[in-house]
Amino acid sequence: MDKKFTMHVDLDSFIPATEEEKAYMVQMRESSTFFRDGVKRLLKNRVATVSLIIIVLITLASLILPAIWPYSYENMLGVQPGKPVDSSYNNIAPFRYGETEKQRIANGEKVFPHVFGTDSAGRDYFIRVVYGTRISLAVGFFASIIVLIIGMTIGSISGYCGGAVDLVIMRIVDIIYSLPDMLMVILLASVLKLTMADALEGTALEKIGTNIISLFIVFGVLYWVSMSRLIRGQILSLKEQEYVLASRAAGSKGGWIIRKHLLPNSISVIIISTALQIPNAIFTESFLSFLGLGVNAPMPSLGSLASDALNGLSSYPYRMVIPAVVISLIVLSLNLFGDGLRDAFDPKLRN
Amino acid sequence: MNSKTAFYILKRILLAILTVWIVITVTFFVMHAVPGGPFMSEKAISPSAQAALEAKYGLDKPLFEQYITYLKDIVTKFDFGPSLKQRGRMVIDVILDGMKTSVKLGIIAAVIAGIFGIVLGAVAALRRNKIVDKIIMVITTAFVSMPSFIMGSLLLVLFAIRLGVLPANGAARGGLVLPIITLSLYPMAYITRLTRSSMLDVLGQDYIRTAKAKGVSGTKIIFGHALKNSLIPVITYFGPMLAYIVTGSLVVERIFAVPGIGRAFVSSMTNRDYPMIMGTTIVLAVLIVVMNLVSDILYKVVDPRINLE
Repeated sequence: MDKKFTMHVDLDSFIPATEEEKAYMVQMRESSTFFRDGVKRLLKNRVATVSLIIIVLITLASLILPAIWPYSYENMLGVQPGKPVDSSYNNIAPFRYGETEKQRIANGEKVFPHVFGTDSAGRDYFIRVVYGTRISLAVGFFASIIVLIIGMTIGSISGYCGGAVDLVIMRIVDIIYSLPDMLMVILLASVLKLTMADALEGTALEKIGTNIISLFIVFGVLYWVSMSRLIRGQILSLKEQEYVLASRAAGSKGGWIIRKHLLPNSISVIIISTALQIPNAIFTESFLSFLGLGVNAPMPSLGSLASDALNGLSSYPYRMVIPAVVISLIVLSLNLFGDGLRDAFDPKLRN
Repeated sequence: MNSKTAFYILKRILLAILTVWIVITVTFFVMHAVPGGPFMSEKAISPSAQAALEAKYGLDKPLFEQYITYLKDIVTKFDFGPSLKQRGRMVIDVILDGMKTSVKLGIIAAVIAGIFGIVLGAVAALRRNKIVDKIIMVITTAFVSMPSFIMGSLLLVLFAIRLGVLPANGAARGGLVLPIITLSLYPMAYITRLTRSSMLDVLGQDYIRTAKAKGVSGTKIIFGHALKNSLIPVITYFGPMLAYIVTGSLVVERIFAVPGIGRAFVSSMTNRDYPMIMGTTIVLAVLIVVMNLVSDILYKVVDPRINLE
């Protein structure tokens, strides 16, 4: 009998682990990227998710509906070529019809209902609201892109170069920042409207209208300052990092470092503030439209629809309420989504 | 006040003066860049009459000379020239006339916004995550994301047309009630949220715990320690609130037909009354810049811990 000593190790107890057992022991989860982490956090935030769904739905509706809707935003239903103007089409209440439409219904034809009725010029109000939403969203989006591009360029140059360049740019930013922005917007919009009308005639830009273009110019001139301040701050702290030093030691130029290292690392701040800029721009556009400085007629925007509704307010209050609700819904959900985005992608910013 | 604070205040005053000067300059040159000049929209007038008009208003002089004259008149005499559309009236008189109503409107709205905002914010913070807090937060979120012209129109529909309890015309008796409510709701909601978050911040501080540990009563902690310190961030909102009320009054005065400076501004834009546009822009801008200056300085003076840069 080969009896072992108690201290003797029994080698039979130490067999190699099978692959299955090895896999079971690994405590690591699948690696996740920064972006995927952020999306996960964002989707967990119920308010932000609901807001996102609302924004997507409104956007899709405003893009698709005008194409399939039987009425158009500028078509006055009472005006037919060669016939006298049929005023029974003006100011139709929701789900009511004009005279010729009533005849067609009596003949057994199907007529698409005017969901929100028509306005004082006999245009289907529902499609005007949808189209106005599209305009407002587009203006908000493009204005934010303009602000983003200008603010990002100037902010990163100012932050990276530092010294005298930074000092001069930041003084300019200070001054623009202290200007009363809304007054300047109104002033510039009202003047650009008059100045540009002739210059644009016949060009492709004419269709967009002087007011929208002046709105974009105004945004480009005045609203980049807060974006550039933000990005400058980011760049200032990032450019002291070791990888920037390493990149510079390897011979990279300033522009390369900004584009390849500094901006990608501040991307979350950039996205968040751009997202929060959109409702701001929609707000401003509707404000200007309300004062008569917005889109050119017959094109509607939510602000101009509300402004037009002011004249018939006592008889047709729903014409004010509908664009009002849409605007508030868009601004509210964009703001809440922007907040959620900030919480998800930049927990440091939270205060 | 130490020398650092004094230096900061001096710097801010200089920046404010610079800003006002830039506003005047931008306004002047932008208005003069409009093609055709102020008399183009008039009915056809003979060239000699046009020349006479231009000579009368000094429009025949070189642009820079006009600018210097304009600047000098403003600084020395508060003179913005005559209004083109309201014959025989000076711009400054029209502005001062409108100011009487607008200032009343703005001040009452600001006071209401301040009082209700602070009270609601404090209540929300003290009842954190309770049902009261949630209701207050939902309502203020809704108010913050509603443009003033929409708020005004909805109030008009509801109270003046549907219920008929308040007049829709701002010039009528009691007509300022709806405009005041309209103007105060947004700043009120904003102040509520500001007070709530800063109050929550303060309530978590060590000195509140110390006070509690010493056996100070609840009310005394709230009013003596917490509320006072949590109002500091609210002071910073003072300037932006005034800016909001000034620009908000443009639409509110339009909606409710209030005879104030906002309506004068908007109508001067539609009928191209150039000296009026310039005058009102400059006066409103000065108002906003000065209020921002005051609130900034107040902020630094109230809380010396704040870093001056």
